[in-house]
Amino acid sequence: MADHAIQTRNLTKRYGQLTAVDNLNLTIEYGEVFGLLGPNGAGKTTAISMLCTIANPTSGTALVNGYDILKQAHEVRESIGIVFQDPSLDDRLTAMENLELHGRLYDLSGARARERAGEVLELVGLKERARALVKTFSGGMKRRLELARGLMHQPKVLFLDEPTLGLDPQTREHIWEYVEDLVKKGDITVVLTTHYMEEAEKLSSRVAIIDHGKVQVVDTPSNLKSALEGDVITVQCSSVDHLSERLKTESGVTNVRVDGGALRLSVVNGEKFIPRLVEIGHEAGVIVESISLRRPTLHDVFLHYTGREFRSEEAETMGFARAWARRGMGH
Amino acid sequence: MSELAKVYGIWHREFLRFIREKSRIASALAMPLLWLLVFGSGLRFASAAVGGNYQAFLYPGILGMTLLFTSVFSGISVIWDREFGFLKEILVAPVARWAIVAGKALGGSTAALIQALILLPLAPLLGVALPLERLPVLLIFMVLIALGLTSLGLLIASMMGSMEGFNLIMGFAIQPMFFLSGALFPLSSGPEWLKYISYINPFTYGVDVLRWCVFTDFQTLLPVGVEMAIVAAFAVAMVLAGSYTFGRKK
Repeated sequence: MADHAIQTRNLTKRYGQLTAVDNLNLTIEYGEVFGLLGPNGAGKTTAISMLCTIANPTSGTALVNGYDILKQAHEVRESIGIVFQDPSLDDRLTAMENLELHGRLYDLSGARARERAGEVLELVGLKERARALVKTFSGGMKRRLELARGLMHQPKVLFLDEPTLGLDPQTREHIWEYVEDLVKKGDITVVLTTHYMEEAEKLSSRVAIIDHGKVQVVDTPSNLKSALEGDVITVQCSSVDHLSERLKTESGVTNVRVDGGALRLSVVNGEKFIPRLVEIGHEAGVIVESISLRRPTLHDVFLHYTGREFRSEEAETMGFARAWARRGMGH
Repeated sequence: MSELAKVYGIWHREFLRFIREKSRIASALAMPLLWLLVFGSGLRFASAAVGGNYQAFLYPGILGMTLLFTSVFSGISVIWDREFGFLKEILVAPVARWAIVAGKALGGSTAALIQALILLPLAPLLGVALPLERLPVLLIFMVLIALGLTSLGLLIASMMGSMEGFNLIMGFAIQPMFFLSGALFPLSSGPEWLKYISYINPFTYGVDVLRWCVFTDFQTLLPVGVEMAIVAAFAVAMVLAGSYTFGRKK
């Protein structure tokens, strides 16, 4: 076994003027579930394509399971399993036929391939659909089958690129369970890209936040949250601008933002600050309508390092888009 | 040789897809039957150039046409694999790039060969007596022609990138290959300029060899050994070019 499951060395990919991945240096240890987070276009999928030997880096390289992605592509391919963001099954074949082909491509003997196919189908609860054509499967079943296929040859490193995108909550929970079970059983390293902070937080031992092709920060989710210094307090009041000016100079307040008509503060020892907040509002002649306090989530960490919301969510509500535009001007 | 098991795996997938697509088999058979039974019988007695039975003359040409269209189409189908994502599954697997091309090429050739073989029992109906002693050569050359043309399809697909260019390729490359091959009329009866274009078309020699296999007294354009060598060289060149182009990474 090599020293690290994955080690990238100034991994870079340029498309003309655009630098999709910019001197990426990441080290991922064996047995980790490593989350790669970043806004759309941050370079996650490009980085994974290079690690999976589908795309060649413009410069730099990486070791996967100790093998160089440029010089030992074949050994890298033997070491990894992948669940792609987009479907990659042959839907004119049955589930079993897809798995049998996979077994052949990964040097499993016919008997061993059938045995493993049975095991992984059992794992994802598709055993009774083994002989059905994949085109009769729902989206969730297809994704489960892809996961089963990615595990069939017992890879050292499993890449999951947005594994639950577009799935219903039940299927998402199931996929999380499979991944957690896998990691418990050991001997596998998982690299996960996701848009869902909840998913990253639930599954990952460490996460890297990537933006503009570069690593912004790497740590455990709990360290990242405590590094944010303080709790998040959201205030609804009669004059947001007035109150925000006043709070910027207050000790213990590390960050003040106007977000969708509300005031969002980062405050050390949030509970103790609430009485003080009411007092300040009173002094400033501002009517405080509501105050809520919560611990920082990975979502806050993400916003802190990337400075903007996900594009998919931006597009979801106009209100959000406007809030985002305002925040953008404020910076 | 573990790569051979992988070639088999890819071939087997192509085969399963082929036998499950009944409509594709049916439509691929309709074309040659229309040519032979409608076009061929219409011109049966209208053509003096072939010295008698035009339907019989047309028969090996239509065998070639079936190989041409089915093979090229099978090769180009790799674009669908790419658009539906399945290609990624194969590209990230520890499989030599030549083995992928070999599996696809053999799969496409098998489909083309089955289509052509279905036409063989039709020969007596059209007044063609297949000479048994040349049957093995006929089969071998059908395989070679299909391999070369499927690889040509793969090569086109690797360079095309998307389905948008498909009609363009069919209209400006594959249809002309068919019409300029001597499949429909003897090249000797055409004008000089047509002959020269036909001579640079490798498919011309494929059709010529097929016709030589069907009619013992047929006069080939070049000595038949030379034509066979051209067909074989074309197949090898296309397999190599296909493997090379397919193996390139972005």
